Amino acid sequence: MGGFITVAILLAIGLVFGQINEQNHFKRLRRDEEDLSDILTVNLKDLPLEMQPNGMLVSGNVVVAVDYFKKIATGIKQLFGGRLRSYESLVERARREAIVRMKKEARDIGADAVYNVRLEFTSMGQQPRQAFGGVELLAYGTAVKLK
Amino acid sequence: MFDLILTNTETVPGREIVRHLGLVQGSTVRAKHVGRDIMAGLKNIVGGELKGYTELLSDAREEATRRMCEEAKTMGANAVVNVRFSTSSVTAGASELYAYGTAVILS
Repeated sequence: MGGFITVAILLAIGLVFGQINEQNHFKRLRRDEEDLSDILTVNLKDLPLEMQPNGMLVSGNVVVAVDYFKKIATGIKQLFGGRLRSYESLVERARREAIVRMKKEARDIGADAVYNVRLEFTSMGQQPRQAFGGVELLAYGTAVKLK
Repeated sequence: MFDLILTNTETVPGREIVRHLGLVQGSTVRAKHVGRDIMAGLKNIVGGELKGYTELLSDAREEATRRMCEEAKTMGANAVVNVRFSTSSVTAGASELYAYGTAVILS
């Protein structure tokens, strides 16, 4: 009985705070993306001829995890298969956050474009049944200053 | 941060590559520690960013990059081009961060 109550409380906390967290994160992401929209990011290898010499590697990484409610809900959903919206939003948040951090680093060194952007994904959960189910996203590229 | 020019493109803007010196690499294997794991466990209830892990991984990646740079410097290079990062989990709870690239001499 006690175990059941604990799980119910954790589910409720996860549902409420997880939602608030996610909405705030998306709000922050929209603001940051707007703010950094003057920095060009492309995943082209070839650099244009008109740019100032030298470049620098910039990167941004983030580890995010799903909340308890989504974890349980996903477990149930997986019995039927289909689209897992909670994990879609998780990787979307991670990817956008990693790119935002990379762009911030580029701006800090005075660059105005990032070329050859690469995204690297790592799953942090070791075993399927383990408590921790986070993902890491790394974005990196070469920051340059266009003329 | 590093006194070499690092890029993940095949060339360096505005500079000419005089010589290719070969592949250089750096790696480090890191395990997460208990304190961070407990915090991450708590954070897992509400979801969101796990800052402890973000820091852990970016520190480890920096270490791998530094080792790569040291190797490049001993070869006499002044830049590393086409840098790539990769991560692999060697055992439960530990992962290897690996950085590699081509050491070159720029004019």
